[in-house]
Amino acid sequence: MERSFEKYFRQNRLPHLWCPGCGNGIAMKAIVMAIEKKGLSQDNTVIVSGIGCSSRASGYMDFDTLHTAHGRAIPFATGIKLARPELNVIVITGDGDCTAIGGNHFIHGARRNVDLTVVLFNNSIYGMTGGQASPMTPYGKKATTAPYGAIDRPFDACQLAIASGATYVARSTAFHVQHLTEMIAGGFDNQGFSFIEAVVQCPTAYGRKNKLPEPADMMKWMRDQAVMKPAWDKLPAEKQGEKFPIGLFYSAQYEDYTTAYDEVIERAGGDQK
Amino acid sequence: MNQARLMQGNEAVAEGAIYAGVRFFAGYPITPSTEIAETMAKLLPQVGGKFVQMEDEIASMGAILGASLAGQKVLDATSGPGFSLKQELIGYAACAEIPAVLVDVQRVGPSTGQPTSPSQGDVMQARWGTHGDHPVIALAPWTVREAFDATVMAVNYAERFRTPVILLMDEIVGHLRERVVLPEPGELPVYARRRPKCTRSEGYQPYTPEEDLIPNVADFGEGYRIHVTGLIHDETGFPSGSPTVTEKSIRRLHEKISRAEDEIIHYDEFFLADADYAVVTFGGVSRTAYEAVQNARRQGIKVGMVRLMTIWPFANKMIARLAKQVQGILVPELNYGQLVGEIERAAAGQCPVQLLAKYNTEIFTPAEIETAIKNLCAGGRI
Repeated sequence: MERSFEKYFRQNRLPHLWCPGCGNGIAMKAIVMAIEKKGLSQDNTVIVSGIGCSSRASGYMDFDTLHTAHGRAIPFATGIKLARPELNVIVITGDGDCTAIGGNHFIHGARRNVDLTVVLFNNSIYGMTGGQASPMTPYGKKATTAPYGAIDRPFDACQLAIASGATYVARSTAFHVQHLTEMIAGGFDNQGFSFIEAVVQCPTAYGRKNKLPEPADMMKWMRDQAVMKPAWDKLPAEKQGEKFPIGLFYSAQYEDYTTAYDEVIERAGGDQK
Repeated sequence: MNQARLMQGNEAVAEGAIYAGVRFFAGYPITPSTEIAETMAKLLPQVGGKFVQMEDEIASMGAILGASLAGQKVLDATSGPGFSLKQELIGYAACAEIPAVLVDVQRVGPSTGQPTSPSQGDVMQARWGTHGDHPVIALAPWTVREAFDATVMAVNYAERFRTPVILLMDEIVGHLRERVVLPEPGELPVYARRRPKCTRSEGYQPYTPEEDLIPNVADFGEGYRIHVTGLIHDETGFPSGSPTVTEKSIRRLHEKISRAEDEIIHYDEFFLADADYAVVTFGGVSRTAYEAVQNARRQGIKVGMVRLMTIWPFANKMIARLAKQVQGILVPELNYGQLVGEIERAAAGQCPVQLLAKYNTEIFTPAEIETAIKNLCAGGRI
């Protein structure tokens, strides 16, 4: 069998540790397809991740890669980008990593408009620890720590990113691979804080508890529930149900942090490196 | 020639960092360390460096570690509560061997405690604050000029040993103003970032140690495509669950520091030649102790003094020698008793070790320490 995009992966680190049917591999592949599409150099691109299932992706990808502490990928990435602005810095995070323990870093990274591309693999659950509820577990769904259904209201990470100042915000799913790739590639084009939510299936820890036990069940769920943004905008509220919009939600031109800091250096009379 | 300047300890730390080549600072305001961040915000862009005020102490620590991996020498500064928050990432830096200097200007705790008051209550947190077994280097200056020098030394050690270094300041030295003449460029040694000695195609592995047990981890963006993780890893940098690798890694992290102890451990000795008793002290308290010791000597008491600059690794050998020489050691500390335990351990029963503790926000008076010296000589309790 011919495997595509091999050069972007560390062959000796594979196979990966994700469960059969997991969507993380699809999202990881979409990232390298976007990298290929935009011609980012492997030597000039850093992948930074947090802790959790999603964040194991960094170890498989043949770039400079950094597997940080839980929730802290965005601060580490901020330091890398400010220290070496010529590097492309991509963050891979999960719903728990990014919106729970890393929530403060997420909104402030967006607020500063640091030139990062953050890809959140949203599997609706803490997978690595065996299926506990996250801040993005949908209301009423079951998890090991929400055995009677989640009563916390979930975050819409895209809305959170927009409200916090991100300058490129999009969502897609592991079912819509080409679309997901385009959304990520668009994030690379934006010089500023780009956020892409990749909805992925976790049949093992999430699906089995929520009547979607097979990987294919979850893929069909994405196919049927994800609605392209233009159609979503026309969808009456009473028909929304479990449906959710995908597509580009927001993009804006705003000076990124390293460019702004170059002006600080100039005002201070410092030497540009 | 540099002119004499009236300078605060915290400002001297910032000046020392610039001298040592620090070009990235991330921080979060906290009393009594804030002047370090403020001074860095002003100085860094003047030399083409960058300052960023992060959203909290954890983020600041993460940002400096990222910048360090991308090739910059880095600094962060905080105080008690912030020091507590940073502990997880101090361990990350120890495990992933990332050079970084963190200044802790100690204040009274626990918790929010007494934010503007001096303390030496973080001695043990500096050693054991982060979870797991890990090495640490901690330096405690006692003058404004030494705050500068110790910062340069801290940056050098962080780079040389690829480990987090704690500059354990206290509010006394942090807010003290003294006349100082700063060193000229080239006067103090500045250690350059370690570089890989071979290429990726020649089989480079980021965590293969050199003879000094320290690896030459490549900076990001140099084409080495390395992996850095806080999981226990082998020489390739990738995680390993092997008991052998785990044991070897943890042992190497300790030994790379312990085998260089004689170079890292610095202290001053005063009046020890004829001393029957000794005061062992560090940081701002040393200033008061020095006056008390001089006063006691004028009254004919044969007392000497050791001022520790390096707190961790601890000066075990020196204390063991001292305990053999003298009939008693007095340890004045602005805490409930922390370093005294370490001194007792090193003295190993060869002489009595007496604590003089103070934790009420006030600094010692020379008279308090002088009285304690006299009580020690009289064989009584303090």
